[in-house]
Amino acid sequence: MRESKFEDTRPTARETGDHESQREVSRRWLLVKIGVLVNSLVGMAIAIPVLKYLLSPVAPDESYKSWVSLGALEKFPIGETRLATFTNPNRRPWDGETDGVACWVRRTAANEFKVFAINCAHLGCPVRWFPQSQLFMCPCHGGVYYADGSRASGPPERGLFAYDSRIVGDQLEIKAGELATLSTSAKLVNITGAQGGRPCAG
Amino acid sequence: MRRLKRLFDWFDERLQLAAPIKEAATHRIPQKTASWFYVFGSAAFTLLMLQVVTGVLLALVYVPSAGEAWNSLNVLNHQVAFGWFLRAMHGWGSNFMIAVVLVHMTQVFLFGAYKYPRELTWTIGVFLLLMTFGMAFTGQVLRFDQDAYWGLGIGASIAGRVPLIGAPVVHLLLGGPIIGGATLSRFFAIHVFIIPGILLASASLHVWMVLKLGVNEWPMPGRVVRRTTYLEEYERLNAREGVPFVPAAAWKDIFFSAAVVAAVAICALVLGPYGPGGQPDPTIIQTAPKPDFFFLWLYAVLSYLPPSLETPFVLIAPIAGIAVLLALPFVSGEGEKSWHRRPVAILILVTLVTSWAVLTRLGTHTPWSPKMDAWSGGSPVPIQYTRGASPLERQGAVVFQAKQCRNCHSIGGDGGQRGPTLDTVATRLTEDQLIRQVLQGGGNMPAYGKNLSPPEVTALVSFLEILHPAGEPPAQNASQVQAGAPSNQSGAPTDATRSR
Repeated sequence: MRESKFEDTRPTARETGDHESQREVSRRWLLVKIGVLVNSLVGMAIAIPVLKYLLSPVAPDESYKSWVSLGALEKFPIGETRLATFTNPNRRPWDGETDGVACWVRRTAANEFKVFAINCAHLGCPVRWFPQSQLFMCPCHGGVYYADGSRASGPPERGLFAYDSRIVGDQLEIKAGELATLSTSAKLVNITGAQGGRPCAG
Repeated sequence: MRRLKRLFDWFDERLQLAAPIKEAATHRIPQKTASWFYVFGSAAFTLLMLQVVTGVLLALVYVPSAGEAWNSLNVLNHQVAFGWFLRAMHGWGSNFMIAVVLVHMTQVFLFGAYKYPRELTWTIGVFLLLMTFGMAFTGQVLRFDQDAYWGLGIGASIAGRVPLIGAPVVHLLLGGPIIGGATLSRFFAIHVFIIPGILLASASLHVWMVLKLGVNEWPMPGRVVRRTTYLEEYERLNAREGVPFVPAAAWKDIFFSAAVVAAVAICALVLGPYGPGGQPDPTIIQTAPKPDFFFLWLYAVLSYLPPSLETPFVLIAPIAGIAVLLALPFVSGEGEKSWHRRPVAILILVTLVTSWAVLTRLGTHTPWSPKMDAWSGGSPVPIQYTRGASPLERQGAVVFQAKQCRNCHSIGGDGGQRGPTLDTVATRLTEDQLIRQVLQGGGNMPAYGKNLSPPEVTALVSFLEILHPAGEPPAQNASQVQAGAPSNQSGAPTDATRSR
């Protein structure tokens, strides 16, 4: 075995008396080549639906989002920030309990709401609200946000992600359905009068 | 016996496997490589086989559905006979596999085994390492608990940092817009079909190349690798002092593999399976997600990087790291193999191992994470700080506790470590500096200006002012200290604070 390590010691076509070496254009070699060509054509034709199938989750943000009710307005007292949960509008029957989503609802006036995604703008861990110190804190890497969602300290580069919200009848609705990351569903928080006193780059 | 031999011959006449196997088993290896340093590769392969077997056994019961996975893991743990043991074997087997693969890689690096003609063996080895990490991460997802759910969120957040195509990458990773049934299904396919298939094929190729190219000889200082002469020298070495792989070296491989599998089984028996932790309900937010052991270093890196460096780092560093590993044998494919003559290599290795160990230890303690219940569930303000304190200072201690200061600042050895320990803060900051720090924050501390009333600030700062050792006076603003005036040893609030 050692002797044959780096040389191809298989007998060449000429040595075996086999005259159908690759260099010669023979009917058989032509058929092999055509066969390979036909196979690649079939392969490419099949690849198109396979690629479409693989890429099927890729869709514009808007197509994944729809208006979801967070419940009656009176659930959210003015001046407070409360945890709300809703069912993911894109749920599948086999999602189990993962179809639930949590968010923070801040009601600043009778008709003014700010709804923040639960996910920290750093790496998506669930932030917790501390009413005593009026701060959101993240348990993972220590990101901290002020009550208005602007960044206070820690590794996040920006404030909390915010959902679009509206009031329909006596219900609070948000436009949701996507995991909030820096490239999906990311919205700048309203920085006017932000406590952090610095613009939130998004 | 003769009948057995006839049976064997009958099969081999048709299989034609005995000759090549015998040839592979008895191929000559340099005598000094029949060493305990050369057993890690075979142990890694043994562990891969163990993972395949235990994985298949777990798949007999596990349900790869987001709605049922967590329940089926609990059934495995509690209701199926020895289900817990197989889960534990698979989990500990995974830990051991990563550890053994890393030790194997370190040995190969130290012994210069990646040099000519084994460059491609190293390249495939790097690929195998990445696949092993891929198995570890996807396996953590299949243990579909809270950590798995939020770990996926972290993965998606990192993917979301990719410029331009961030959103499609997130969607492809999750199989949709958000973590759910589609996510678990695709991670199941990746963990059970895709990566294992690639792993088995590449590992076989890796072993094939080791057989064909021969085991790397024991490095000797001064024995320099040159493309023109190496093969000949290796042949001569083997002719002079070569020994057949079986049994000269194989017995050590066999014993070490047995020891490793036994160690996995003992860990599984004594320490049990990993989780599952809390149920994967995203509306339960009282959780502090943490990655598995081998990703703790990354967890630490991500919390210490300056925010502006983070995106470039997480996107560029892995690619750069892999590129360096892949380029290694092509950049230094010749030359000295011995670690006695490769100081830079040793230095790099020591630096990497030390950094990894330090970051992993930090990742275990997470000093950067606020302790979310330190203010409510931890111990109260230590009594030595409130004994003999004025009512205002005691009120300050209440503010300190109630405003969650303790989630980030420890006092009396209890509390978060995100911010500095405050037991001696009065010796570091003057009263005015304390007020400014509380109101305006800064240096990674939020500003409390709007969340504390002026009386609360006054009380809090007067409490902080008493936090200094008995023999050491609190810090004072030198410009305000009058010559000959008694220093403010007690830390009682001054007029300046009172007037606020």
